[in-house]
This record gives sequence, C-alpha cells and structure tokens, in this order.
Amino acid sequence: MKVAVVAFPGSNCDRDAVHAVGLAGAQAELLWHEETDLHGAGAVILPGGFAHGDYLRAGAIARFSPVMGAVRDHAARGGLVLGICNGFQVLTEAGLLPGALLRNDTLRFEHRWVRLAVERRDTPFTHAVPEGRSLRLPIAHGEGCYYLPAADLDALEARGQVLFRYAPPEGNPNGSARDIAGVTDGSGRVCGLMPHPERAAEQILGSDDGLLLMRSLVESMSGAQVAA
Amino acid sequence: MTIFRFSVSIMPRDGILDPQGRAVEAALPQLGAASVHDVRVGRRVELSVEASDEPAARAVVEQLSADFLANPLVEHWSIEATG
Repeated sequence: MKVAVVAFPGSNCDRDAVHAVGLAGAQAELLWHEETDLHGAGAVILPGGFAHGDYLRAGAIARFSPVMGAVRDHAARGGLVLGICNGFQVLTEAGLLPGALLRNDTLRFEHRWVRLAVERRDTPFTHAVPEGRSLRLPIAHGEGCYYLPAADLDALEARGQVLFRYAPPEGNPNGSARDIAGVTDGSGRVCGLMPHPERAAEQILGSDDGLLLMRSLVESMSGAQVAA
Repeated sequence: MTIFRFSVSIMPRDGILDPQGRAVEAALPQLGAASVHDVRVGRRVELSVEASDEPAARAVVEQLSADFLANPLVEHWSIEATG
C-alpha cells in the first residue's frame, strides 16, 4: 500500500517526505494539489513549505485546493492523514485539526533542532517509538505557536489529543500553548506536528528519529482504510 | 444589480499575541516615538460585490470574512462600506 504526498504550489518538503516514506519501507506517490482523488493511497502526507505562498494566513488558501476534498473524505472514512509543518497549518485551517498556528512569540523564523516528548505510543503515528524515547527533530517555521483557548486546551488534553510536546534541553521554541508541538483529531487518525520527521530520517542528516514516525505511519497503513 | 465596495479590517483578537505589533513598537524609540504604545498590526482587504442592495452585498462580505478572510479563533474583523 502506498502513501500519497500532496504537492501544493509552494510546498518544499514534498520530495523529502517521499524519500522518507521510502526509507520507512513503503512506496510514495507525489500528488499535485489539483488531483481530486488519492489514487488508492492508504495514508496521505501534507508536507512542509509555503502552500500558495502562505498568503492571507499559512494554510488558508491551500484548504481550497481540489485535493483537499479527497483528503477530507479519506479522513472521514478513518484514513490516516499526517500534516508536517505547513501541512499542520493547512489541516487546522481546513478544520480537520483543532487550534491555530500563530506567529512565533520570539518574533523570528525558528530554524533549529528541538527535543520532542512523545505523549502517547498507542497511536498510528507513534507506535514504533520505543517507550521512554524522546525525539530529536528539526523545526523551520515562522508560524508555529500553537493556540487554543484554555478551556479547549483542557478538553484536548483530557481526550489525549496532545501527541507531541517540546521538551528540555531546547524547550519550547515558539511560545506554543502548553509546549504543544503536535496534536491529533478526535478520531486519532489525523495528526499534525510542526517539527520535520522527514528531515531527520537518516543518520547522515544528524538524526534518524523521524524514521520512527514514518515507520509508524507506514506500518499502520496495513490496517487502515484504503482511499478511493 | 449594483456593485458595492467594501473594506474588511482584520485584527488579532484581544489577548492573542501579536508579534508584528510588538516588533513595530520595539522599533519606535529609534524614531523618537517612545510615547507610542499598544501597537497592533492587522490587515485590510478591499473588495467589490455585485448585489441587488447593500445589505445583501454586506451579507456576502460577512460570510466571506467569517469563513476565509479571518480565522475567528484568533482574529476579529470589521466591515466598512467604501463606495
């Protein structure tokens, strides 16, 4: 079963994502955003970059790309969806994930390595992460400050939808509420995170921790719904 | 049908961090404008709508603002008829 990686105009991590899926043992197909179906993929990745130039707000225009109808249908059928960085922003704008990504409170584009605590390992996105293992992944974003009103954050945490948090020694790089770096939707089948697992999928890049997330996704596809 | 012109001003909600406003404010002392405070930066969208009357045109703009031009979770907006 293959993974669909969507390329929006302005995506720039799409080929990295295809490469990382290959390292994780599955085939990936690059899909232009004007496609209206996912070509039978078992999972879909919305990669990092600056879809549609990030005009208006990051992800705001990408939400209307034709492929997003197929992504919505895929998610509604219980299919796996992973949004990385800009892909996370697209998923929040599309209403497939809760919250919003605001400009970093540091006033800067943050481009560096961070440490991530994995809050749950019983998910399709994290089951290959060994118990007690944190992840070293790179970030590269100007708008990664996760926001939800406090009451909604309480509900999100109570439902176990916070999947990744920024952890010491580097800590929270962007002012995200409660150090949140990645969340899932209510079904646990749609996930978004700001750090880039596909940029840390082999040791020559400084870390292969990202491969644990890619492997989780690929291995979870066998039990997943197949897209139309 | 008549064409109505509007501008929509979109601002970060109160309590929502506005790093752009903070960055602009931080630069003001260099201009000798240290007495200026509470800078907030938003954006303005201008558009024309073809409709039978102004309330109908405004309703279109209101819908667009809520669904697309602003993110109601973190922004508020105001609509002004400009011609």
